[in-house]
Amino acid sequence: MRRLLILGTAAAALLMNSAAFAETTLNALFMSQAAYSEADIKAMTADFEKANPGVKVALEFVPYEALHDKIVAASGAGADGYDVVLFDVIWPAEFATRGFLTDVTDKIPADATAKIFDGAWTTVEYDGKRYGMPWILDTKYLFYNEDMLKQAGIANPPKTWAELATQAKAIKDKGIVQYPLVWSWSQAEAMICDFTTLTAANGGAFFEEGQPVFASGGARDALAYMKQTLDDGLTNPASREYLEEDVRRVFSNGEAAFALNWTYMNAMANDPAESKVAGKFKVTSAPGVDGKSVASGVNGSMGLGIPANSPHADEAWKYIAHLTDQSVQETYSKLSLPIWKASYDNPTVAEGQEDLITAAKQSIAVMYPRPLVPSYTEVSDILQKNLHKALLGEASVDEALTAAADRVKRIR
Amino acid sequence: MLGRRQIREKWMLLVPAMAVLGVITLVPLVNTLWLSFTDARITAIVTPVKLIGLENYVYALTDPDFQEALWRTLYFTVVSVGLEVALGISIALLLNQEFRGRTLLRALIILPWAVPTIVNAVAWRLIYHPDYGALNSLLFQLGFISSYQSWIGSTQLALNMVILADVWKNFPLVVYVALAALQTVPGELLKAAAIEGAGPWKRFRAITLPWIAGPLLVVIVLRTIEAFRVFDIVYVMTGGGPADSTKTASFYVYQEYFNYLRSGSGASYAVLVAGISAVLILAYYAAARRQDQGSRA
Repeated sequence: MRRLLILGTAAAALLMNSAAFAETTLNALFMSQAAYSEADIKAMTADFEKANPGVKVALEFVPYEALHDKIVAASGAGADGYDVVLFDVIWPAEFATRGFLTDVTDKIPADATAKIFDGAWTTVEYDGKRYGMPWILDTKYLFYNEDMLKQAGIANPPKTWAELATQAKAIKDKGIVQYPLVWSWSQAEAMICDFTTLTAANGGAFFEEGQPVFASGGARDALAYMKQTLDDGLTNPASREYLEEDVRRVFSNGEAAFALNWTYMNAMANDPAESKVAGKFKVTSAPGVDGKSVASGVNGSMGLGIPANSPHADEAWKYIAHLTDQSVQETYSKLSLPIWKASYDNPTVAEGQEDLITAAKQSIAVMYPRPLVPSYTEVSDILQKNLHKALLGEASVDEALTAAADRVKRIR
Repeated sequence: MLGRRQIREKWMLLVPAMAVLGVITLVPLVNTLWLSFTDARITAIVTPVKLIGLENYVYALTDPDFQEALWRTLYFTVVSVGLEVALGISIALLLNQEFRGRTLLRALIILPWAVPTIVNAVAWRLIYHPDYGALNSLLFQLGFISSYQSWIGSTQLALNMVILADVWKNFPLVVYVALAALQTVPGELLKAAAIEGAGPWKRFRAITLPWIAGPLLVVIVLRTIEAFRVFDIVYVMTGGGPADSTKTASFYVYQEYFNYLRSGSGASYAVLVAGISAVLILAYYAAARRQDQGSRA
């Protein structure tokens, strides 16, 4: 009896205890590559938990390749799913039409619209509504090894893609490096980002009035350019197996003169522990094409949203508001740049990465979206396969793009 | 004749097992079959699901990419199971001989099989790496290649390289089953045959192989089912690339379901893949029965 009483008291105490410190745990899903590092996100989260007693955040990091499936699979998990998810710019159309994400248009302060870049907003918008807050504002930049350019007698980085090929040829001919160009052209989304950058530079488009138009015009010129650099021995042929991290490794090893990659490579290639070219390279906007563009870029931004099945939407929004806060973003601006226009004139943000900020001002203004259609994943898979065929020399540029366009028309 | 009580007892004992089986296999199977005839999609918005007859199957089977993937998967299955069996029996015969260190070798041979598929796939991806892979380094230093090759970046090579990785991981299973079976082959029979003048190959064909055929068939069937629905090792090593050259049939199930969120269509691909492996297995059994009858006659 005595033992029962003690047990009863303990149980009652436990119950009261949990009532007094009602704790909400938010399940948040992030990716473990590019942009903010895990350490950065953990630090931001710790600050949030300190400022919001009673709210804990359970962080989960997965590779980018697993992000989409995780969000979809967890949508059926009821209250046990995620409360905050990181999503890519190419998914809002799909997620919105399927009801996976909460419409947060009304939660966003009215004055935020003008203070944040339009390109950032595209990341979270579909059909006039907003399904989250933009967080990672990213595009591909051109990184060039200054030492190699100097050795080849080149004074300025290329302004156009044609000039880039000429400079690469000069570097190759002087024997400075075997393959001056390195890209992320494996059969993956990373290849579509490079293709989109070149398509934008050439003034091309993917769809017009719902019909694929990428088999001609700027998109065709883009693929033809990619193939030509392989044929001329300017592009490292292993690029067709590379993702962004491989590009970073090759460039950081001093095995390429030019590379196209996201913001995060700037800080990492400048870290002597990670790189042999620290302090020897510069970053600038991806070039343009004569008469068509002065610079180019792909919208590679990502946003934070609340899944429709989250039972803690209010706390989740608080957490998102904290992560996307201007001062928080300015504190962690080495691996990912802020979404806020004013941040780019803040000297502390620019400090030590002046060339990146200069490039960002130009690139963010021109970054081009990948097709904003609900079936994007399928469109991208079709393009990936066919572009790869062309790059591997198994189909001509025209055959590949025509086949892709025909297949896209068959999507149900 | 069973009494009424005995009949009741029989059912009482059977029902729990049947219920478990029903819940974990029959219900999902029927559900998948039903889904495959609908236009169901994965969505959080309540939408009515329509029966659309054979439309999903027609779409899948008329898709030239899926047809190619089926042939590719068949190639993967035949080559990879074939190599595993050939290698497995040879090594089992070797390990069945008396020699020093046999016990150690028998223990070591199981190691590849104990490695999880994902770990195996990542390891082989590194071995095949175009810049710092061990295979390039080995072949280059031995003088077999004059420059580093792109093993899983070439459409001609990639599938074969994945098969190699799969064979390395799975042949030990065949070794173990064959080795266990070999130990039941009566030595007197082999000796008698030898005295009668039968050479080693004849002895293997006429005595050893028929003797171990039963257990071998079980492992072949198991490996065939697994090989035909191969996904994980390919997904990790190549993601289906380059240019879809390693994209197997199971990719379509995954892709339709999780990437394109068409659960109805995904179910039809799943039924097709399962159906084709069932046909392969039936073919094995038919062949085995014929052989069995032949040896008795």
